[in-house]
Amino acid sequence: MPYKILKKKQLGKSGTLFEIDIHAPLIAEKANAGNFILVRINEKGERFPLTIANYNRQKGTITLVVQIVGKSTLLLSHQEKGDEILDVVGPLGNKIHIKKYENPIVIIGGGVGIAPCYPQAKELKEAGNTIISILGARTKDLLFWQDKMTAVSDKLIIATNDGSEGIKGFVTDPLKKLLSEEKISLVIAIGPMIMMKNVALMTSGVEGLPRVKTLVSLNTIMVDGTGMCGGCRFPSKDGEIHFACVEGPDVDGHMVDFDILLNREKRFAKFEKKSFDLYKQECRLLKEIEKN
Amino acid sequence: MAKTPPRQKMPEQDPNIRRDNFEEVALGFTEEMAKKEAERCLQCAEPKCVNGCPVNIDIPKFIKLIKENDYLEAIRSIKEYNILPAICGRVCPQGIQCEKECVLSKKWEPVAIGALERFLADWELKNQLKECPDCEAPNNIKVAVIGSGPAGLTCAADLAKYGFEVTIFEAFHTGGGVLVYGIPEFRLPKDIVENEIDTLKLLGVKTEYNMIIGKILTINDLKNMGFMAIFIGVGAGVPLIPKIPGLNLNGVLTANEFLTRTNLMKAYKFPEYDTPIKIGEVVIVIGGGNTALDSARVALRLGAEKVIIAYRRSEAEMPARKEEYHHAVEEGIEFKFLTNPVKILGDKDSNVKEIEFIKMELGEYDESGRRRPIPIENSEFKIKCDTLILAIGTLANPILIKSLPEIKLNKRGYIQLDENGMTNIEGIFAGGDIVSGSATVISAMGAGRKAAKAINRYIKSKIH
Ligand SMILES: Cc1cc2nc3c(=O)[nH]c(=O)nc-3n(C[C@H](O)[C@H](O)[C@H](O)COP(=O)(O)OP(=O)(O)OC[C@H]3O[C@@H](n4cnc5c(N)ncnc54)[C@H](O)[C@@H]3O)c2cc1C
Ligand SMILES: Cc1cc2nc3c(=O)[nH]c(=O)nc-3n(C[C@H](O)[C@H](O)[C@H](O)COP(=O)(O)OP(=O)(O)OC[C@H]3O[C@@H](n4cnc5c(N)ncnc54)[C@H](O)[C@@H]3O)c2cc1C
Ligand code: SF4
Ligand code: SF4
Ligand code: FES
Repeated sequence: MPYKILKKKQLGKSGTLFEIDIHAPLIAEKANAGNFILVRINEKGERFPLTIANYNRQKGTITLVVQIVGKSTLLLSHQEKGDEILDVVGPLGNKIHIKKYENPIVIIGGGVGIAPCYPQAKELKEAGNTIISILGARTKDLLFWQDKMTAVSDKLIIATNDGSEGIKGFVTDPLKKLLSEEKISLVIAIGPMIMMKNVALMTSGVEGLPRVKTLVSLNTIMVDGTGMCGGCRFPSKDGEIHFACVEGPDVDGHMVDFDILLNREKRFAKFEKKSFDLYKQECRLLKEIEKN
Repeated sequence: MAKTPPRQKMPEQDPNIRRDNFEEVALGFTEEMAKKEAERCLQCAEPKCVNGCPVNIDIPKFIKLIKENDYLEAIRSIKEYNILPAICGRVCPQGIQCEKECVLSKKWEPVAIGALERFLADWELKNQLKECPDCEAPNNIKVAVIGSGPAGLTCAADLAKYGFEVTIFEAFHTGGGVLVYGIPEFRLPKDIVENEIDTLKLLGVKTEYNMIIGKILTINDLKNMGFMAIFIGVGAGVPLIPKIPGLNLNGVLTANEFLTRTNLMKAYKFPEYDTPIKIGEVVIVIGGGNTALDSARVALRLGAEKVIIAYRRSEAEMPARKEEYHHAVEEGIEFKFLTNPVKILGDKDSNVKEIEFIKMELGEYDESGRRRPIPIENSEFKIKCDTLILAIGTLANPILIKSLPEIKLNKRGYIQLDENGMTNIEGIFAGGDIVSGSATVISAMGAGRKAAKAINRYIKSKIH
């Protein structure tokens, strides 16, 4: 079954973020907020995970939002409308639990993590919750989907590290203010590991702030996504081993030992760089050949 | 009994050369060797060897046909019992199955049954004589098979022969289960696996890849799609991870991750293929089964300078195929028996640096019939390494089972069958590692075949 790209567009002005719609009717049919897929672009490609950022059951499409960080994501960015992706597997992972909470829910998206926040915010909003969204990025060119997030939020706060849009600072700054001002039932944080670590720390009942249940989305390195390789494993603070692909990706942020995970991310760094550099070189050569 | 001529020894790649490549180690019999070996068979009236084979191949019959030069009939006769002879000839633990029971093994060496089986399968492939096995007329009744490991493949083939319309649903992008993601190329070339799977195409079996049942479709969806019976052959691949300090250091990985990256994703061809694997100079593998041996030999081929296997029991208890143990020794893999890890130590960047082991001794016999290893006090010692691979066993694959909470499992978490080979849910059958726990290729095939028979009976009883 070929998985055709029906739409592709750049997000923001950074040139590193893009959105694609893929024709995958069976997956769209079963997708829910919290699910992800594994893709393999071509015969020699890696299997790598991407969140289902949106889905349209009528059209049979799923939407992915991708940030270019290495070879596989760059290769995906070079696929155009009409191209086909070799393998798409999913929906994987557990859907998030949707219910009505007593107090508002704070949903925090950092960088490309804004995308997976969208279906969660949408479904929780539809269940009658009050949604306060905080979107964070290094700079405003890396922000996207403000309009979509506004539509599913009661309040939207933006924070950029350089102050180019919204509050100048980290997402934890407005979070701290919210936590000290009003009762919050749930915090959801999706973004870079370090951001999730700091959010989980802030909601763990420190500095006189209340302890609030916090879900984080673990983007560990994965191979099969079915609980069979252990590549995605992460330890909880009590030393137990968990598999993010089958127990997550959304898990209780207060039980995760982030320091170990931050380190596990670096396992293949040297190889990833090699693969990335080779591919960029190859692309440059191809461009030159095309020019001549 | 008169003395028989010596057993033919299969030619192999030189250990010093093969330790650096992924090409097949054992090269197969020449025709002349196959003939000589076939002559050794006594054509017993009550052949014990057949009882040793989990699918009861008529061994004396195919060997006799080799003697008579009728290779085509010989391979046909094997395929009546076993649709994957090129695979079984290579990876069956013959030493504890067919060849163990061969009468010759009492006094001399047994007939090389596996090698002869492989010879015929390779001969068929080389001469492109693959034929479609005989089938009953199509009956247009749909049956689903979940998982394309040896259990699923065999079940699907037999169901097709009974005339059913069979679809295999497989989670990965390619078929074969452990045969492709677990067993490495140098022991079982992947084009051999592909070719055997092609037999299923001839039989009209459909395959749907990238389909994780329990996620994209549930068992109920399949029933609604009109599948009258369903076979579950999802295997047991969840890695056991020993609870020892230092597990989360970088450089510690499960054999499954290591082998899947290398075999399925072809990390041994990085950077031509995108999936990376990190290896380092010294690699230690924990375990004593086929998985441990495969991991060690892969590590060697990926460029490790030294590879050590640490096993907590002794050589005699090692469950790995004997032949592979010898191969590993020839290739320079070091074995440390009666040795168990207690602690993994890391450097300041959280990479593995050293493993602390404890010496073991064998005590009383345990429930597995082997002597239980017990630690010897104050015998700890350390070995430096860059990579630690854990190959201490596996558990049932979780996704399908989780999506089917009503299915009855045994104490160990594997699917429980009734006397008819059916699970507690009507129309749902199962077999292979998901029922037995990790076993062998041929026992999974035997289970697939039994299930196909049971499904045939079940459906025929429903429609009559
Ligand atoms: C459940 C899940 C959902 C995800 N959803 C999305 C998504 O919606 N959009 C998106 O852009 N990315 C998502 N990711 C991350 C994405 O899978 C990685 O960015 C991708 O695999 C990187 O591949 P690469 O070859 O381009 O980069 P690589 O060369 O593999 O890596 C480049 C850099 O990224 C880091 N990296 C590698 N793998 C990961 C990873 N899995 N997570 C985080 N950092 C990684 C490396 O340490 C390295 O620094 C998700 C990951 C998971 C586990
Ligand atoms: C490294 C290694 C080496 C081995 N060496 C030998 C050997 O030399 N000789 C020998 O006889 N045995 C060997 N074995 C054991 C043997 O391979 C297994 O016993 C056998 O493969 C079990 O077959 P199976 O069909 O039950 O399951 P598997 O081979 O595990 O196949 C199960 C299949 O189901 C798929 N699946 C899982 N969940 C789902 C789902 N939800 N939906 C769809 N598909 C799903 C999996 O992707 C897989 O393809 C070895 C095992 C390993 C791991
Ligand atoms: S299938 Fe395996 S056990 Fe049976 S005869 Fe062949 S090699 Fe022996
Ligand atoms: S037991 Fe040995 S000698 Fe007898 S028929 Fe079988 S293979 Fe031949
Ligand atoms: S990705 Fe392999 S176990 Fe989770």
